[in-house]
Amino acid sequence: MSKRLGKGGLLINRNKPIKFEFNGRKFSGFEGDTLASALLSNNQVLVGRSFKYHRPRGIVSSGSEEPNALVNLGENDKFEPNQRATTTELFDGLKASSQNHWPSLNFDIGVINNYLARFLPAGFYYKMFIHPRPFWKYIYEPFIRHSAGLGRAPSQKDNSKYEHFYAFYDVVIIGGGISGLNAAVTAAESGLKILIMEQTSTWGGRSIVDFPNIYDETSLEYVSRLLSELKKFENVTIRSRMMGAGVYDHGYLLGYERLNDHLNTDDGPRHRLWRIRAKQIITATGAIERPLSFPGNDIPGIMLASAVRDYAVNFGVSSGDKIAIYTNNDDAYRTAITLSGFGIEVPVIIDARVSGGGELAESARALGIRVENGKAISKVFGKKRVEAINICDHKNSTKDREKIKCDSIAMSGGWSPVVHLYSHCGGKLKWDEKLALFRPDGYAKPTSFDGQPFVTAVGSANGLLLMHDVIQDAWEGCLKVIQAARGKVKKKSPKETLHERANAPEAIWIAPQDADIKKRSKIWLDFQNDVKVNDIELAAREGFESVEHAKRYTTLGMATDQGKLSNINGLAILSSSLGKEIPKVGTTTFRPPYTPISLASIGGSARDDLFQPIRKTPMHYWHEKNGAYMEPVGQWRRPFCYPKEGETHAKAVEREINQTRSSLGLLDASTLGKLLVTGPDAGKFLDMLYTNLMSTLKIGKCRYGLMCSENGFLIDDGVVARIDEQTWLCHTTTGGAENIHGHMEEWLQTEWWDWKVYVSNVTEQYAQVGVVGPNARNLLEKIGGLNVSKDELDFMEWKDGKLGKYDARVFRISFSGELSFEVAVPASQGMAFWNDLVEAGEEFGVMPYGTEALHVMRAEKGFIMIGDETDGTVIPQDLNLNWAISKKKDDFLGKRAQERSFMVNPNRWKLVGLETLDGSVLPDGAYAIADGFNSNAQKLTQGRVTSSYFSPTLKRGIAMGLVINGPSREGEIIEFSKIDGTIIPAKITNPVFYDPNGEKQNV
Amino acid sequence: MKRYSVFAVAREALRYHQGWGRVWKKPEPKKKYEAIIIGAGGHGLATAYYLGKNHGLKNVAILEKGWLGGGNTGRNTTIIRSNYLQDASAAIYEKARSLYETMSQDLNYNVMFSPRGVMMLAQTQHEIRGYKRTAQANALQGVSTEFISPEKVKSLVPIINIDGPRYPVLGALWQSRGGTARHDAVAWGYARACSEMGMDIIQQCEVTGIRQKNGQVLGVETSKGSIDCEKLGIVVAGHTGVLADMAGFRMPVEAVALQALVSEPIKPCMDVVVMANTVHGYMSQSDKGEMVIGGGADGYNNYTQRGSFHHVEETVRALIETFPIISRLKMLRWWGGIVDMTGDRSPILSKTPVKNIFINCGWGTGGFKAIPGSGWAMAELIAKGHSSLTEEFRLNRFKEGQFIDESVAAGVAH
Amino acid sequence: MLILKCPYCGIEADETELSPGGEAHLKRYGPGSSDEELEGYLFSRENPKGVHFERWRHVYGCGKWFHAARCTATLEVFGTYSAQTFEPPKEIIKIIKVKRPGWKWRDLS
Repeated sequence: MSKRLGKGGLLINRNKPIKFEFNGRKFSGFEGDTLASALLSNNQVLVGRSFKYHRPRGIVSSGSEEPNALVNLGENDKFEPNQRATTTELFDGLKASSQNHWPSLNFDIGVINNYLARFLPAGFYYKMFIHPRPFWKYIYEPFIRHSAGLGRAPSQKDNSKYEHFYAFYDVVIIGGGISGLNAAVTAAESGLKILIMEQTSTWGGRSIVDFPNIYDETSLEYVSRLLSELKKFENVTIRSRMMGAGVYDHGYLLGYERLNDHLNTDDGPRHRLWRIRAKQIITATGAIERPLSFPGNDIPGIMLASAVRDYAVNFGVSSGDKIAIYTNNDDAYRTAITLSGFGIEVPVIIDARVSGGGELAESARALGIRVENGKAISKVFGKKRVEAINICDHKNSTKDREKIKCDSIAMSGGWSPVVHLYSHCGGKLKWDEKLALFRPDGYAKPTSFDGQPFVTAVGSANGLLLMHDVIQDAWEGCLKVIQAARGKVKKKSPKETLHERANAPEAIWIAPQDADIKKRSKIWLDFQNDVKVNDIELAAREGFESVEHAKRYTTLGMATDQGKLSNINGLAILSSSLGKEIPKVGTTTFRPPYTPISLASIGGSARDDLFQPIRKTPMHYWHEKNGAYMEPVGQWRRPFCYPKEGETHAKAVEREINQTRSSLGLLDASTLGKLLVTGPDAGKFLDMLYTNLMSTLKIGKCRYGLMCSENGFLIDDGVVARIDEQTWLCHTTTGGAENIHGHMEEWLQTEWWDWKVYVSNVTEQYAQVGVVGPNARNLLEKIGGLNVSKDELDFMEWKDGKLGKYDARVFRISFSGELSFEVAVPASQGMAFWNDLVEAGEEFGVMPYGTEALHVMRAEKGFIMIGDETDGTVIPQDLNLNWAISKKKDDFLGKRAQERSFMVNPNRWKLVGLETLDGSVLPDGAYAIADGFNSNAQKLTQGRVTSSYFSPTLKRGIAMGLVINGPSREGEIIEFSKIDGTIIPAKITNPVFYDPNGEKQNV
Repeated sequence: MKRYSVFAVAREALRYHQGWGRVWKKPEPKKKYEAIIIGAGGHGLATAYYLGKNHGLKNVAILEKGWLGGGNTGRNTTIIRSNYLQDASAAIYEKARSLYETMSQDLNYNVMFSPRGVMMLAQTQHEIRGYKRTAQANALQGVSTEFISPEKVKSLVPIINIDGPRYPVLGALWQSRGGTARHDAVAWGYARACSEMGMDIIQQCEVTGIRQKNGQVLGVETSKGSIDCEKLGIVVAGHTGVLADMAGFRMPVEAVALQALVSEPIKPCMDVVVMANTVHGYMSQSDKGEMVIGGGADGYNNYTQRGSFHHVEETVRALIETFPIISRLKMLRWWGGIVDMTGDRSPILSKTPVKNIFINCGWGTGGFKAIPGSGWAMAELIAKGHSSLTEEFRLNRFKEGQFIDESVAAGVAH
Repeated sequence: MLILKCPYCGIEADETELSPGGEAHLKRYGPGSSDEELEGYLFSRENPKGVHFERWRHVYGCGKWFHAARCTATLEVFGTYSAQTFEPPKEIIKIIKVKRPGWKWRDLS
């Protein structure tokens, strides 16, 4: 059984027991434990079920490479699926449960897949479930969906906090092992600004477990001395529990800091995503041990040799009572020596190499441990737990030599440098034949904006596995980085340290070497996704030769560990199946993140009310207080209507229109874009921008203008007022203000850069109120001040002056067809002005109206709306706006484009009014049908509805639309289709339904 | 070639699947073909397949620089829909969608087309009007869609937050027969069928030049030698500009990065595909259980297959707002692809200035869903010289000003 | 995640401050031009896999448009310069020729 040992445990505090729950059972661990070490200490080796065959799964590793020990963690709004037990720090009250089984971890119905495994090889679903057709959607797929997936979906909103940091450093070091710490100390002395981060809570990486001593100190002392040296430097930032998540172009680096996952608290942010710009990045990310590929290598109790060592040294936990070691390299002998030191029985060390190991092997033998060279494990006994093994000759598996009892196996297939971060941004790798690993190619590093390398791997991450080499490489690598970051280089080489003599590992990709197909069907490569050696072989046989094909066909490396344990082993099987060398087959692309990061951390603090800014007019809160139903318009919120208690929106809109048309309405028009265009060439500039002639507009006058893109299409409209000799005020649509401002700047800066024009966006400087209706003038006269009589301020004129106590600019323009003034006052006076209008308007029954009433009234009047009558494919000519297109100008934006053959086609759809025969409202967006079908069997059409409303004024439905040759067909009845296939006839009319002669507005 | 079925798998299981042969052959190029298709992605393979199946043209080679299906076919978010506004788009995408319905049976290869339904959320009044119009257009185009209420949205997608503080859900355009398919399988299935018809799929064969005489194509130069052909189809999303340059003409396309990501797998929680165009994000759940997430494209020319992180940030933020329960899920994998963007964001399927060279490009963010329709139409164009499905997607439309603009219906397409 | 130096305000601007504006050095064709010229101006693009001259706006900074010479295959930046010019500056052309031997662009070679 796995258990807590009587001694050992560098990271735990045996005086602080911690209570936690797993699958509803109460357990206890110590402060400093991970969930994995605590589970092991309670003999909970079985922790989950695999993805495809639902096979029993046990803890394999001690770090972020863990493929098996994934749990549902927490409850309610803190529930999180797929959390790795090996990186979950234990806290009091932690609750976890295992995943992907029904009804229970020990008895899982899904394991039936395991017994059918032979019928479910790689890619089986491509070959099956083809007939009958409906079965895929209704039977096969739902079954597959329910047996796939891992953890449960959360059911509640997450209420934790998340945030982003921006940070800038000269050198960022990722990894707090001895290579990272040595690099950091070297870098610190250069005076550059340094950040070092470590993904776990502790420093020193593998060195604490692997080397009792470094120089004349214990490794623990050595690491804490380096750390305290670092802390003395003001130019160094040190962060633990922070992972380098991804390296992007131009030195952009994501750091993922987990601030309170290890605490049972909600204080402060849970995760912090650091968005770092680094001149240089050092990846001191170490290496990950590879599993060995032997029959039955996925049975719980089989672990990485380094993990077995970690649990013993760091947590005082043994993975079993009898732990067999299986290796192809010297490093795993450390595990045997370590276990022996704890008094744990190591029945055998199986070394695949005929020549065996070096110094470490000698030490193990000296401790009396049995070593078998040139051997392999041919069979593992046990289902949910290892019970025994058979061993045989590595090169001849026809005869089993011996059955050996053990309840755990520590395996080591060599090491793979963590090259992910180095590779994210294009760093190339090379294959090291001697050590059998991919290492960064120092001559093909990722390059930055200057074309120079910006990521350097050091230590084990650079393919160096022995302590002396690691320290030396960290120093040398760091010197180059300091130079590249233009820091001061101090040449102080590290002291010589212990030189280990290790025998070379032997690349063992399959064991025993001659394993037959039955055995190969039991050798697991990807423990989570259930990919076996024979699956990769099948892929190769079927022609999935590219590593990307094989990965996608078998799902190798696509599990939540992204192949940290399986990729190299799988790649080697693929290359031997294809008879190619490993480097010729190549690796799959390394993509961020290194290990999965929370979506919430990516979102940061911009959630809920902070999700996106809301722009508010000076009168916004009045609208809210007075019951407005608000609609989003760009980032603004505008009142759609002001429903009274129990009133529908439609009724409210009707009431607002009736009151405005009969007496007085108020519109908050502040969101309208206001661009001030000024300078000696402003007139010339506006003549290019608008289809109209704006340079001739007289001071004090207004003109309705149209703006087209260079591609000819109508993009915006609005009233332009000439303010003075050199200044025009251009109104744009609400959504258009920023875009049109940008559009103007673009032309001014990039085409007509010698023209003397200055544009400023003054949209938010003003509150603007539409005072609309027969009593509009009466209201303004009651407020007093500026003379707004017809003689003093005629239609399409504007005037500055005092209205009451307000600094007003009054435009006499109308978008409703009524007598109407738009009054702009400084934004700071807006609310007071509005209040005064409401108060003074009481005797006229003044009524605020919203955007819907605005829309209906403009439609009654036949005015177009950008976004309704236009959709990016409509030119002004389509809208019968030829009167607004100057014939006197040689050029304006879009003029040439409007001369193209399709634009001058006489059969374009043009603007008309539409009336149903029975007064009903035409459906939004309905199309007018024509006879027949096109060659793609689509019904032919001859027009469409662009705006359709019930008109309270006319008491019937009115619509505007675009119809082929529309204006010449007035009076004709055409048919519009409804979604249900029925037809509504409608008559083509003039689009001006209300007051065609303008008698209402010109009073 | 072995027919696939549950019985075939069972038979093979008895001998540990040792009897399965190559899914597609591995030929050396011949001296000459009737037609060469450059690009063995979904569109190229589908074009070749329908050339053989519909037009009896089987002396065809498909040349691929890398590995078949290794470009955008294998790096998209697998959404299939045809609820487009303009007639030309609706025609080709609906053709594609309807071919997806029977693709597994046609190819005898399970591409896992899953008509789980696609919904596009309306979150502004403007979007409501746009989608209602699309539904009206679709009804006449033979595309089955409807505009549904927020309550219906909630019942189809219980995890959605319809009362978001910033953009409430006001309704949605719903296409119940839209859905997803297994993207790699589409390329593999077509490749298997093409190979079966005797066509040569030549991988790791880079085209380095295009030979022509008197304005007519003669053949191509490749890393595996010179090959003659009577007709040439260029179907190389992302690298169109490079190939067009070899043929001596310029294309109105630009290559930009488009990014996507998946979460770790979880048990099923969302059955339909949801697109939220106002906030620029869309999401579905794969059969593996991963939440598959995408957003808008980057704005600058880029051939690196790496995009800029802040776009991902915006997309994820928008989706957490729309689906609050995904907040504590983790991003497992992120990737980018290179897409061709044209002047009107609609594709080009067209003859070119060089006789007998045909081009298919510019699918932008929406290529996967079009694969079978695009192949069907392109094959017709190559075989017959014209196709009603490609007519409006001609190259000359940019000169004439007859654009196919879908932007009215969708802020982002995909 | 690009960094481009704004030649106006001198800031090493992060991509999040910038807005891309497509190919630079396009000649505008207005009334009087042929259909081909107009189409070329509005739609034909170099779209190179390699050196690209392009427009950017320092939109969340000084607001100025500027040009950048950038490699679309490696994202290396050869230089940024004023938008108020008809062709890339000689210094930048020189840098590109050194870094990308054999490079050609329009009439320059």
